[in-house]
Amino acid sequence: MFNSHSIEVRKLTKKFGSFTAVNEISFDTEKGEIFGFLGANGAGKSTAIKMLCGLWTPTSGEAKVAGFDIYKENEKIKRRIGYMSQKFSLYQDLTARENIRFYAGIYGMPDTKIKEKTEVLLDRLKLSEFADVQINSLPLGWKQKLAFSVAVFHEPEIVFLDEPTGGVDPVTRRDFWEMIYDTAKLGTTIFVTTHYMDESEYCDRISIMVDGRIEALGSPIELKERYDSKTMDEVFVKLARPAAIK
Amino acid sequence: MKRFIAFVRKEFHHILRDWRTLIILFGMPIIQILLFGFAITNEIKDASIAILDQANDAHSKALINKILSTDYFKLEQYLSNQSQIEPVFRKGKVKEVIIFERDFSQKLDKEKISGIQLLADATDPNTATIILNYTQGIIAGYQADQNVLSRLPFNIQVQTEMFYNKELKGVYLFVPGLIAIILMLVSAMMTSISITKEKEFGTMEILLATPMRPGIIIIAKVIPYLLLSFINALIILTLGYFVFGVPVHGSITLLLFEMILFVLTVLSLGIFISTVTSSQQVALMASLMGLMLPTILLSGFIFPIENMPLLLQIISNIVPAKWFIIIIKNIMLKGTGLAIIWEETLIIFGFMIFFISLSVKNFKPRLA
Amino acid sequence: MQHINLEVDKGEIFGLIGPDGAGKTTLIRILTTLLLPDSGTAQVMGMDVIKDYRPLRRLFGYMPGRFSLYEDLTVEENLELFASIFGTTIQENYYLIEDIYKQIEPFKTRRAGKLSGGMKQKLALSCAMIHKPDVIFLDEPTTGVDPVSRREFWYMLRKLKEHGITIFVSTPYMDEASQCDRIALIQAGKILSIDTPQGIVNQFEGDLYAVITNKKHQLVKDLRNYKNAKSVFLFGNYIHYSDKTIFLDKQGLTDYLKNLNHGEIEIRKVEPTIEDCFLALMGNLTGEVTHV
Repeated sequence: MFNSHSIEVRKLTKKFGSFTAVNEISFDTEKGEIFGFLGANGAGKSTAIKMLCGLWTPTSGEAKVAGFDIYKENEKIKRRIGYMSQKFSLYQDLTARENIRFYAGIYGMPDTKIKEKTEVLLDRLKLSEFADVQINSLPLGWKQKLAFSVAVFHEPEIVFLDEPTGGVDPVTRRDFWEMIYDTAKLGTTIFVTTHYMDESEYCDRISIMVDGRIEALGSPIELKERYDSKTMDEVFVKLARPAAIK
Repeated sequence: MKRFIAFVRKEFHHILRDWRTLIILFGMPIIQILLFGFAITNEIKDASIAILDQANDAHSKALINKILSTDYFKLEQYLSNQSQIEPVFRKGKVKEVIIFERDFSQKLDKEKISGIQLLADATDPNTATIILNYTQGIIAGYQADQNVLSRLPFNIQVQTEMFYNKELKGVYLFVPGLIAIILMLVSAMMTSISITKEKEFGTMEILLATPMRPGIIIIAKVIPYLLLSFINALIILTLGYFVFGVPVHGSITLLLFEMILFVLTVLSLGIFISTVTSSQQVALMASLMGLMLPTILLSGFIFPIENMPLLLQIISNIVPAKWFIIIIKNIMLKGTGLAIIWEETLIIFGFMIFFISLSVKNFKPRLA
Repeated sequence: MQHINLEVDKGEIFGLIGPDGAGKTTLIRILTTLLLPDSGTAQVMGMDVIKDYRPLRRLFGYMPGRFSLYEDLTVEENLELFASIFGTTIQENYYLIEDIYKQIEPFKTRRAGKLSGGMKQKLALSCAMIHKPDVIFLDEPTTGVDPVSRREFWYMLRKLKEHGITIFVSTPYMDEASQCDRIALIQAGKILSIDTPQGIVNQFEGDLYAVITNKKHQLVKDLRNYKNAKSVFLFGNYIHYSDKTIFLDKQGLTDYLKNLNHGEIEIRKVEPTIEDCFLALMGNLTGEVTHV
């Protein structure tokens, strides 16, 4: 069944006791696509991403990531994906260099290759001067950009970003998305969740989750037409209003 | 394998960069070895004794000389009559009283038998036993020495008596100490967390932005713990009395008053800790390392202070619990009144004022 | 924070707009007497924030960044607590918070920790208003809350303004700026501009264009390399572009893009948003964006 889809999901479900966090979601993503996963807090986005990363086992449904089954071939998946979340990505008391070395080592990159790529990366991020200070003394924007670079350092097929741009200034956010664009151009699939509606417009396609179900799926332009809205914010409000009175 | 090494290396980085972990890893074992090594000793040194020499003759003086020439004992006072015995024990000045009967030498030389009475303060039964054993050992040694050259050996009969704790019950020692420790635990640790919790959760910020004065906030936080600690202490007292027979010979009112005083002191200490820490974790650690450990080791709860090296004895003076344990033991086991323990009470009162002032000074009406 | 100067008029909604680390919380904490400035003065309702902090603390309402409610108290208990701290009762000023509180009233016996983000927000606002303050300070009240609740919140703020209450609110969301009477844009501890939202937009230098082609991902780089490019920023589906020349040579730009194999080229003039102004003003600071 493996073709050009980097992620295939069929009726994926996750229940915690009697509470259904993710309710039979289905979608596919293409290689090199920027796929946005939108929804309010508690709608099920994080749960869905965690299942695809192999952090949580689904209750039912099927999914293939990078062509491998998420139940049986978890280990193979983990080698081919990258992950970055807002809450945690880099170790604050390690330096930039140490962080890169650690994560690259985890993914089995040989030392010589790590050294090479590290210098290139530090140069591109303009972090060469600060490569050996502890991360916690760097501004938030630089940390986020570094975290993303580390997540894709080992050249994964798919990278999962869980709310990656919380709180940074508008310029840094745009730098970040330009880095995402560059990565997508190389053929990496980007799976990103966010609650910033305006960022959803940077994606090729979006799905909007409400109460565990996917209520809308399509490109930003399609969705705005379908729901007769000028902005993604409006689309979301139209979809989410009934559920928000809770 | 590479992954493994990468991970191990990362862990080393974390450990070596976190001062808290380093303290636990290296600091604590060193401190513990030092403290335990010095504090735990079953030997006695310089134990204060009083002597009632009703004979005042050759043998008694010789024997007294021998006793005092060892490191074990230190002469606190010569008594002149029996009525002084009780008071000197009451005041806690001596651990043992040695009584020589009249005509001691005469009786030994002519009748070949005489008596010495050894009275020990058994509020700490372990120490009392050891002291008595040492004394008896010295007396027996003297007797043996003297009898070597004599064809007709004499016999010194030693009679021992335990004051305040005839059955040498360990629990008499424990219960007072336990009260101190538990009060310390509930009061200090809990208050120190209580305020830092508000800081961590952010509710402190909104409290400060209201008309609530910082002083009022502190008092309001302290009162529940005061009440609870008090109830705790009462429970222990009651259990001690009914289940283990630990007596309260002195005035219960005085006892309760002293307990409240101690609790207030410890609460102020807890508040002070919380004014200088910003996270519950650090507050807890500070309480543990700064309070519990020294209190258990240096307050006289388990290990007698007199047996410790001088440095530790000096340090023990700044442990509030030490003074409190003296007070409790006095009231409960010896039935002493304020007249005797007013100094210790004043010291604890001083501690309380000190901690309260520090706290008030530190508790700023602003975040920074 | 450096050399901040601003004035807020009675009864207006004043927005402090800027990203994380810009200094919004610091400024609000100084105004609410919780932090001492290193230099300079500030007055709220005519009283000095340093000297008169005690009487001031009776008079304003405050909703800090993390809502700061007592999580293990119920909704009702939280409200009662704040009412009694300020020496009033829930009944006395109920009319002020009625619209807000009605929405969470069905949950009044639920512990505050178990509320959703939107409900915590409403509760925190009620607690801040319960003593009928003349001024309220709200620090990022809509952060981390779903878009529906965000809209409802601003609706509630506008209703509060009708009661004559001065509202000082900070937010990282640029689109909320248009809901304020006047705004201050702040970044890295400095104020970039203060004006009405329309006034800020009017300050934008030159024309702004939205550009889109069928090779979206490549477009940014290509535009940047264009000889006349002044600013090039991602903006949702489009790239917002401004040109060094006063009158854009549309044909020239189109040809340039065609040569780089872009198709479906669309270039049209657009009205700048607050975010566009912010980006332009940020560019004027320094090359590097650093946080305080």
